[in-house]
Amino acid sequence: MREGGISIWFFIGVSLLVNGILIVGAGIWEFFHPPANPVVLFRLHANIWWGALLLIFGLVYCVKFLPGRKT
Amino acid sequence: MIAVSAPTTLVHLSAVDIAIIVFYFALVLAIGLYLRGRSHTGEDFFMAGREMTAWIAGLSFLSANLGSLELMGWAAAAYQYGILAAHWYWIGAIPAMLFLGIVMMPFYYISKTHSVPGYLKLRFGEASRALSAVSFALMTVFMSGINMYSMALVLKVVLGWDINFSIWVSSATVAVYVALGGLRSAIFNEVLQFILIWAGAALIPILGLVEAGGWSNLRLQIARNASAEYTHLWSTLGTFKENPMGIHWTGIIFGLGFIISFGYWTTDFLVVQRVLSAKDLRSAKMAPIIGAAFKMLVPFIVILPGLLGLAVLPMKLTGETAAIASGGHSYNEVLPLMLARYCGPGLLGLGITALIAGFMSGMAGNVSAFTTVWTYDIYRALIKKSESDAHYVSMGRWCTVLGVLISVGTAYLVMSFASIMDYVQALFSFFIAPLYGTVILGMLWKRATSAGGFWGLFAGTVSSISMWAWVKIDPAALRYVALSPNARDMAENMYRALWSWIVCVVVTVVVSYMTKGKSDAELSGLVYGVTAIPHEAAVPIYHRPAFWATVVAVFFVAVNILFW
Repeated sequence: MREGGISIWFFIGVSLLVNGILIVGAGIWEFFHPPANPVVLFRLHANIWWGALLLIFGLVYCVKFLPGRKT
Repeated sequence: MIAVSAPTTLVHLSAVDIAIIVFYFALVLAIGLYLRGRSHTGEDFFMAGREMTAWIAGLSFLSANLGSLELMGWAAAAYQYGILAAHWYWIGAIPAMLFLGIVMMPFYYISKTHSVPGYLKLRFGEASRALSAVSFALMTVFMSGINMYSMALVLKVVLGWDINFSIWVSSATVAVYVALGGLRSAIFNEVLQFILIWAGAALIPILGLVEAGGWSNLRLQIARNASAEYTHLWSTLGTFKENPMGIHWTGIIFGLGFIISFGYWTTDFLVVQRVLSAKDLRSAKMAPIIGAAFKMLVPFIVILPGLLGLAVLPMKLTGETAAIASGGHSYNEVLPLMLARYCGPGLLGLGITALIAGFMSGMAGNVSAFTTVWTYDIYRALIKKSESDAHYVSMGRWCTVLGVLISVGTAYLVMSFASIMDYVQALFSFFIAPLYGTVILGMLWKRATSAGGFWGLFAGTVSSISMWAWVKIDPAALRYVALSPNARDMAENMYRALWSWIVCVVVTVVVSYMTKGKSDAELSGLVYGVTAIPHEAAVPIYHRPAFWATVVAVFFVAVNILFW
């Protein structure tokens, strides 16, 4: 799947990384500027920890399957 | 580019949500563009070079089936019928997927066929291939169009997006990335879409269980708000009347479990094509087993949100007609309502992306399967037999665009005549059960002849259409077709599939005994008993497909007992 090309897992890593950054960013903004009509269980700040999870997975996949890197 | 949400829509997107959706579209197009340079030959374009690992083929196999309508439709069914909807994920999928991997895959793979109709050609001759290829091609583009329209309708209800905008942007994106990169591009994107579906949808059941206070409390709340029967998988199936689905256990086991499920998962080329792209026989056998393992988990993101909706949503959801009359919400909106309940900015965009990704993976699956069947089983077989490989690849690229355009046309046709949707979905079901009868006899019974295969397939299809028409003309016929006047639509589908499969098998057997079969040498590589299947004795047990199929089967039995 990756010989001579970019692995599908690298694309997935990029997707998770970018989404993770955007979601964590939105979560941090909401943390300091709570909305007038928050979602249910807002106190759990799901967008921060779920976004962070995506970001970490994305980062790991990007590094592990970086084009040109030997695995 | 993105239409502004109307005040009446279910959810309202922020800038970060829109950025996530736009990034998704950019990424799938980038993948298509990148893979353009790796799709020169027919084997590259139509079969992804037959170089996919078991994981890639397995996830793609599952993703092609995991459309957004599947996600929202079964979440709605779970709200309406309770955990009975999980049957379509467990007994309605797992045994068939394991059977495909362990028993059928060797014949598909060793025969080196490009498609399921292609296998019928090798086993039963040109007439059987032509019948199955034409039916499959027509039904595939029709189903693709119907899904496209339904998805656009959902985006209108949930986000307020214009239907034309949704249809054209999503279909153009699919057309571009499949036409550029062929099956390899479709598979790459399906794996990406699979991951995004889980990333976007898994948070709903997690937060839902937190709000409900765990599974035990959820069951108590469902018993209070609906009925305790909603959380039992088997114990209410003793009679048609005892369960909300109006179905009997015989219909679930024999109709769904043995016929519809086996028909879909083992002979529908939309899903089988993904497995044929595997790099070797062991990967091809492992791919459906990996798919089965993940399929067993899908109720967590589909069925559980529907059940949670019964417990935590403050409003009562109703059928489409009642919802329109009362201005309330319909069953079909349960997943978006749960999404809007828990997901703030960013997560909402990811959830909507999961729905769009589901739609696009389903559509790309339909289009790439249509392209292969059209090019190899209709165009090359019946119209232009001896052109160059480059000619067929070019035909495949144009056919991808054409398939998408026909799908768009179908979407607009359905928009004008909504009742067409019911008929086409019924038409699709006519073919699957008899096709399974033909393929399974072809693989496992060497005495089956070409004439037997063709006439069995033909008779099974005609009998299915006849039973459907009989009930349409005289609703009282339901007591004969579905064995009970209390049976509902789903039960009727189960039994109609069962009878048409039996007709197909009986006709195939009778005609085969009346006609002359092929020699063992001619059937080598196609039929059980005359095909040398590579042994795996030297492979460690944890590398053997049979071992992992057993593990999945054990978990399958366990979840059925757990939710009995």
